[in-house]
Amino acid sequence: MGRVEKPLETREITLNMGPQHPSTHGVLRLVLQLDGETVVKCTPYVGYLHRGIEKLAEGMTYLQALPLTDRLDYISSMANNVGYCVAVEKLFGIEVPERAKFIRTMVCEMTRISSHIIWIATHALDLGAMTVFLYSFREREWILDLFEMLCGARLTVSYPRIGGVRNDVSQEFLDSLYKFTEEFPKRIEEYETLIDKNRIWLKRTKGIGVISAEEAINWGLSGPMLRGSGVKYDVRKAFPYDAYDKVDFEVPIGKNGDVYDRYRCRMEELRQSNRIIRQCIEKLPPGPIMAPDAPKFTLPPKDRVLADMESLIHHFVLITKGPMAAPEGEIYVATEVPKGELGFYIVSDGTGRPYRMRIRAPSFVHTSVLPRLSEGHLVADVIANIGTIDIVLGECDR
Amino acid sequence: MIIDTVTETIEVEEGIKIIPGANTIITTIDKIVNWARASSLWPMTFGLACCAIEMMTTGSSHYDLDRLGIIFRGSPRQADFMIVAGTVTKKMAPVVRRVYDQMPEPKYVIAMGSCACTGGIFRSYSTVQGCDSFLPVDVYVPGCPPRPEALMYGIVKLQEKIRKERIRWSPWR
Repeated sequence: MGRVEKPLETREITLNMGPQHPSTHGVLRLVLQLDGETVVKCTPYVGYLHRGIEKLAEGMTYLQALPLTDRLDYISSMANNVGYCVAVEKLFGIEVPERAKFIRTMVCEMTRISSHIIWIATHALDLGAMTVFLYSFREREWILDLFEMLCGARLTVSYPRIGGVRNDVSQEFLDSLYKFTEEFPKRIEEYETLIDKNRIWLKRTKGIGVISAEEAINWGLSGPMLRGSGVKYDVRKAFPYDAYDKVDFEVPIGKNGDVYDRYRCRMEELRQSNRIIRQCIEKLPPGPIMAPDAPKFTLPPKDRVLADMESLIHHFVLITKGPMAAPEGEIYVATEVPKGELGFYIVSDGTGRPYRMRIRAPSFVHTSVLPRLSEGHLVADVIANIGTIDIVLGECDR
Repeated sequence: MIIDTVTETIEVEEGIKIIPGANTIITTIDKIVNWARASSLWPMTFGLACCAIEMMTTGSSHYDLDRLGIIFRGSPRQADFMIVAGTVTKKMAPVVRRVYDQMPEPKYVIAMGSCACTGGIFRSYSTVQGCDSFLPVDVYVPGCPPRPEALMYGIVKLQEKIRKERIRWSPWR
């Protein structure tokens, strides 16, 4: 055998990951340029779940577009509904009654819990901790049962309405929810016992996907992605909507901006959400659940439609033409959904339908940072990064 | 009383006979093959949209698909059936079809949710109006999204369908 004169020749390979891949959380497609096991270039391709929600909304009245927002970020549909309703209310100048505000805050935080539960379940599953998945879905089922008790749907709820909420909460629901809030902190500790000090978990998350505070702001990140890097920005604190200025909660922040810190942030958020729900139940004021001028925009109750001529006409006009009292103008309203800042930009031309509805989806913005987090790291860390940015493709592609 | 155990067989179920004492079951290959196929259906892990979350819920601790012999597989090569869970867009349809083509025979398809059945509320320029336009669907499960119980009912219906199959195991099928 002769001596090897020149070094072993290697070349980069291109790896297609997705859209069918168990850990891309839906239909995300990544094209990875690999040098050995190191990612040289990572290109996300989106649009595999583009359903044309923004365009569909243009052909619908404001109330009809509400169920579309459920299906944006289908894990936290209640928060999307509230975000849309807050935007339309601000456009129309409707003041929501106190009770409805507290109910909305309560259900939003319930959604935050269920969304973060899905996140910890899938994130841990992708990184090899299957037990967390089975444990956390137990609590999620509890939350979904409460949603079902409240409005009859489990996932796509469409419970909030423009000007309030669809129906009042029952005492039974409040009692069950209170029982949940008493039990839930213990369950969070259970998840933490499983992975918090787990050596594999620490190896896979510490120092992975680091992004500094300055970069996080420049990339337009929001939610736990931004707070994990140590920026104390939360739309609920900065621009309070609903009853967030009347409840007491803290905004947890991380320090290093890696996958582990974002995990800690979200776990703390679970505790804070639990706290907000408790306060909402305790402070829930009596009163109406619909704004007095909201009937101009929302459908009258069905039993009145069948009995009363005026309600029937009103129902007919609302369905066929939409709210006629819509003012002209445009508005951008941001709300804090579990993933980050969800913004609705609505342009109204005075007819009953939105002229244009643009959705600023946190998942879309967060997908753009994926190459920045992954390039220079190993292929296995791409999975950790997809998990930590907590994307939902329904919202990303719209 | 003496029973003639050699000639007398006892029919325990339609088409299944046992010879008492001989520890033997007599039945058709159809029955055995269908029993095996229906009892361990492995679906593709392939979530498209909202319904995927309910599909995950069905597979997780509360509803527990494992007790029906159903374990999610990550590769189409190991899968027996595909749950099309969610909206199929025009960009996604070729990928879904490709994954289906990669599955080994016999293969089945469950269309889960209104979007996969008919297009649902998304009657838009980018959405396929029902995945039966490019896939042979066996069971339709409507709902937006269907409850986990509904999906399990759909799977049980698919099992019933498999049990009724005739000579799908043979080369002359």
